Amino acid sequence: MTINTMAKGGWQREQTICFRKMEKMIVAMQDPDMGMKLRNQRLLITVIPHAMTGHDIIIWLIHKYSVCEEEALHLGGMLVKYGYIYPLKEPRSLVLQPDESPYRFQTPYFWTSTRWPASELDYAIYLAKKNIRKQGELMEYEKERYSLLHKKINHTWDFVVMQAREQLRASKQRRKADRIVLECQEQAYWLINRPPPGVHNMLDVGLERQNNFNLRATLVSIEVHRRALGRNRVKSSICLEGFLKYSEQYQNHDPIMQGCLPSNPWISDDTAHWTMNTEMVPVPTRLRVERWSFSFMELLNDAMGRQEFMLYLEKEFSAENLYFWQACEEIRHGESSKIVEKVEEVYKNFLAPGAARWVNIDSKTMDKTLEGIKQPHRFVLDDAQMHIYFLMKKVCFCKLREKDHTNISANSLQHLIMFVFPFMRRQRHSSPSPAQAVAQATEEEGRHKGAG
Amino acid sequence: MCDQTFMAATFGPCDSCGKASPLMNIYIKSEAINYCSFCVEMMACQQLQKGETLQSLKKESDSLKKKLEEERGKLNDVELHQVAEKVEVLSSLSIKTRRVLKGHGNKVLCVDWCKDKRRLVSSSQDGKAIVWDAFTLNKVSEISLSVFYFDSNAQNGLDNKCSVVPLSLDKNENLAAKKKSVAMHTNYVSGCTFTNSDMQLLTSSGDGTCALWDVESGQLLQSFHGHTADVLSLDLAPSETGNTFVSGGCDMKANVWDMRSGQNIQSFESHESDINCVRYYPSGDAFASASDDATCRFYDLRADREVAVYQKDSVIFGASSVDFSLSGRLLFAGYNDYTINVWDVLKGTRVSILFGHENRVSRVRVSPDGTALCSASWDNTLRIWA
Repeated sequence: MTINTMAKGGWQREQTICFRKMEKMIVAMQDPDMGMKLRNQRLLITVIPHAMTGHDIIIWLIHKYSVCEEEALHLGGMLVKYGYIYPLKEPRSLVLQPDESPYRFQTPYFWTSTRWPASELDYAIYLAKKNIRKQGELMEYEKERYSLLHKKINHTWDFVVMQAREQLRASKQRRKADRIVLECQEQAYWLINRPPPGVHNMLDVGLERQNNFNLRATLVSIEVHRRALGRNRVKSSICLEGFLKYSEQYQNHDPIMQGCLPSNPWISDDTAHWTMNTEMVPVPTRLRVERWSFSFMELLNDAMGRQEFMLYLEKEFSAENLYFWQACEEIRHGESSKIVEKVEEVYKNFLAPGAARWVNIDSKTMDKTLEGIKQPHRFVLDDAQMHIYFLMKKVCFCKLREKDHTNISANSLQHLIMFVFPFMRRQRHSSPSPAQAVAQATEEEGRHKGAG
Repeated sequence: MCDQTFMAATFGPCDSCGKASPLMNIYIKSEAINYCSFCVEMMACQQLQKGETLQSLKKESDSLKKKLEEERGKLNDVELHQVAEKVEVLSSLSIKTRRVLKGHGNKVLCVDWCKDKRRLVSSSQDGKAIVWDAFTLNKVSEISLSVFYFDSNAQNGLDNKCSVVPLSLDKNENLAAKKKSVAMHTNYVSGCTFTNSDMQLLTSSGDGTCALWDVESGQLLQSFHGHTADVLSLDLAPSETGNTFVSGGCDMKANVWDMRSGQNIQSFESHESDINCVRYYPSGDAFASASDDATCRFYDLRADREVAVYQKDSVIFGASSVDFSLSGRLLFAGYNDYTINVWDVLKGTRVSILFGHENRVSRVRVSPDGTALCSASWDNTLRIWA
């Protein structure tokens, strides 16, 4: 007498997709030409038809999906865990053994996707059947659940017992092999829908995802597509080259791919790598300095890089730009309550005529900014900040990198290090760690080569 | 506000909102449609013009989408794996479990690294957030909250709120007392991230929106509307101008937003099921997504299209989480079949598969200096791989 309503919205979507894919796999496994070879398996004294061994399953998966044995075992294991294949020996444990243990395909009638949700009534009938069939065949946890159900749906208990008896009577008329198969099938089904304590629930999908607005979705899509049609795009070949270059540039800096010096702390249990790369060290590693030359953002994001850049700017009498940029960052990311006073400060120090650290912004941006300051908000200095950022990038940073663009990166890096970061020259004699010893050695070499 | 009573001839999913309810069978221009009573009212008062039906709008949307695909295709002169042919094939990686962090009493749902590259914060369905020194396996502190998901120091709760907990090195400090409630949504909060400082928080929610909050005052600064189903994940762009973020949700869309104006500047819809996670490529020019359709995809922001799909016949379970290695060459993806697949981003092939967890992998995160990968799982543990 239940109304056949649509299943709960989103959360079942995920399971449905998985089940369909597993079912496709199962169907392929049973394909008469490309599928598995099924044969009769002997279970004690009975012969069970259409069975296969765990080993067969793994071999088939290895061939079909070109995977290694470990992966095939894992994949096959998932098929068993979800009840699409069940074991004949040790039927209580839904595990795939890579040996001669016999397995069978679950009948579609019992597929989770076909019969979900499994009702209490069905479970009660199943437990009742087990109980009647052989007294004491129920496991402890099943006994507990049985008595709980007895209390809960007591009003239908006559129906439960009657159904159980009828089903048992009908099954007695079958051949023994069929009976065993049916029992195993049903048991596998319930192992998934009512997992024993300690076994995790395969049907658990986590947080429920409810919302889906069809009409709204369509209206929003129309608007978004219309806007997207007017977009400017860049040619694929250009964009994709960008990814190649980036990955190549950073490859040596990727510890998981290339390892790191002196060793990866997680592998060797030696924290030297971290000690050498803490935020402020007396001498930064060669790799770290190299990374500063990759992009202006890398330089600014590293506290030491920023410090060295500041020193350089001070030599060139243009440090006010970096101070201004830093002050703007503080406003953008800082506390809302302090915005007004910080903007005041910035105006006084950087923008007001005759300011101590006056920054050179083009007149249009300056006018706009000064106008905006009258009503200070978090992003009021954005335009000015961006102007100064790109100014520093183009004029100072890029010029540094271009100084030796004719040579390959190793030499130009030396150049960069020596011109911009004179502290590296100072450290020539001490070499506290292998990474820096390498840097010193090649530096010496480089300079000799350069001179000669 | 109660429904008018009417004669319901059928019961089932409403053509408009999808909810199962008693349906009014009405005709518009001799086209039969089945709406629940609420949607009939909405249609009558608001959005549909006379003569517009759901079907006609869908047709319009589909034809626009086709046009958009054509436009995108015009500048598509080469595929990523073709360009990547000249790149060396990766030698096989030997990534192994280096640490197993045990201590949670239930599913571990979320994890993130601290800036010091060795400490982690993880949250679990057991209601606790633990700060670990992953290197020594020590628990630095334990905080009890109705925690569900979080990022860095902010935790999302089952109570639809997001709280910020300041973390200090002082073991004796009662951290839970300093917890501050910042964000408030009308449904569960699925993800959050601090913007470039500790002063602003971005959250995504099951109510279909994302929001930007001021931590100090708890005030809502900007809200982002455009998703039409639960938003499950978001990530902040690492770009120079630092003003955009991407979000992914159950409407199978990944949207890129401008934080300042709240506008949806780009949208990608090529997944076939819910997007569980989105993550930017280190340069900020692209991002990857993980979905229940068992694929991970790579989207190029400048070319405005999907440029790679990471999938394999033998991978049939949904991907829950992705993260890039430091150089962006490797993509680590955690799946619902308890494994982590490692993909070559450029060539599109799978480099490695990591076994070890005994239940779903809920989140994967590469450490800030790229030395290790951390995975959180429903098997109550976290693993460090390197």
